[in-house]
Amino acid sequence: MKTTNRALKGALLATAVAAALPAAAHAHRAWMLPSATVLSGENVWLTVDAAAANTLFHFDHRPMGLNNLTVHAPDGSTLEPQNVSQGAYRSTFDVDLVQNGTYNVEVLNDSVSAVYTDENGEEQRFRGTQADFAASGLADRDDVTPSYNTSRTEFFVTVGAPTDMTIQPSGVGLELEPITHPNDLYAGEAARFRLLQDGEPLADQELEVIAGGQRYRDAEDAIPTVSDENGEFEVTWPEPGMYWIHAEVGPGGRNPAPGARSAAYNGTFEVLPQ
Amino acid sequence: MKLLPLTALAGLAASPALAADMAISVEVPRLSVAEYHNPYIAFWLETPERAHVQDLAVWYDTEMRDDEGETWLKDMRQWWRRSGRALDLPVDGLSRPTRAPGTHEMNFSAADFTDLPTGEYRLIVEVVREVGGREMLEIPFQWPPSESQTLTARGEEELGELTLSLSPSSE
Repeated sequence: MKTTNRALKGALLATAVAAALPAAAHAHRAWMLPSATVLSGENVWLTVDAAAANTLFHFDHRPMGLNNLTVHAPDGSTLEPQNVSQGAYRSTFDVDLVQNGTYNVEVLNDSVSAVYTDENGEEQRFRGTQADFAASGLADRDDVTPSYNTSRTEFFVTVGAPTDMTIQPSGVGLELEPITHPNDLYAGEAARFRLLQDGEPLADQELEVIAGGQRYRDAEDAIPTVSDENGEFEVTWPEPGMYWIHAEVGPGGRNPAPGARSAAYNGTFEVLPQ
Repeated sequence: MKLLPLTALAGLAASPALAADMAISVEVPRLSVAEYHNPYIAFWLETPERAHVQDLAVWYDTEMRDDEGETWLKDMRQWWRRSGRALDLPVDGLSRPTRAPGTHEMNFSAADFTDLPTGEYRLIVEVVREVGGREMLEIPFQWPPSESQTLTARGEEELGELTLSLSPSSE
């Protein structure tokens, strides 16, 4: 599901769809929090929390659904997450880091929404995955215009030397193509990324870059960030810690207009001290 | 004699310098803490621009079951970034066991630096201790030395006196 976090947008959204929307269904940030992102040695494990919560990175709302969780190993294969469980406020899982190199862990929700008239002449709304939609028969109907919502929540972790296979863009939804390796981030240094939508650079797009530990400060202290004409942007990390990078495009919401395309990106990046 | 791993020398075009010897002495302080573990310490050479030139030694717990000691190497985070993560550990002549509190010496001869060009360098010593702190010391020096010299630095918590002794080789 789409998450949005701007108060104004949230308010407008709430007005528009208040009747259909459960109180808890909007305006929360999606994120995963890995136990570490730079590791050494053999037989090391990673443990991860995944949640939707307003405060970075504190579990204060609900667990993240992990149906669409994929662990991409350095050699391009996928690994099964272990010990997957869902708590009241967070989901957790472990990854046995059996290879050296850089892993990408992502939850990619690629959903379709469409209004259609059923055989009794009543208006219904379809919600499901792209595959569900293709199987529903609705895709072939001229009177049905679907809307799409792609949301990616991800992070990278490296054992030993960083590698490049799992940082290549997939061409689906919003994603960051790292120019600086995402597990080579240090306080006081600048890191560069290229924001892509469906594989193409997305220019002039606002992003939110927010440090964790938010509960212990008064202001959000987002680092103002906008992609340039090549979709690129740079962040100079003020302090070590975990950071959340977020971007979203399209109308979002639970009941988008026919033909609407929305996408969201949520990445967690660890910045180490010098 | 063991050759030490040499990396990041590309960029440095000058020819290897005249021979000289190097001795490093480091004091591992005795700390009054409830839970004490011997420190992990990495010793390496950098250029003044912070480019890694050559590892000298890395002390870590080489005896742990399943090489578990290697899982803590990343905590020497500058060394890990600049060299360690690219190595296939353990490395002969580089990996050494941790040392208990006391003053320890390592001696290097001209043969260990046959590929080190004339220039300015820094000896970097990064120390980290399980359930303890981290500290990094550096000593700038000129290679090869024109005369015998003793350079020192001093840690605040995790390291005591660090001494770098350089002498022109008799070879």
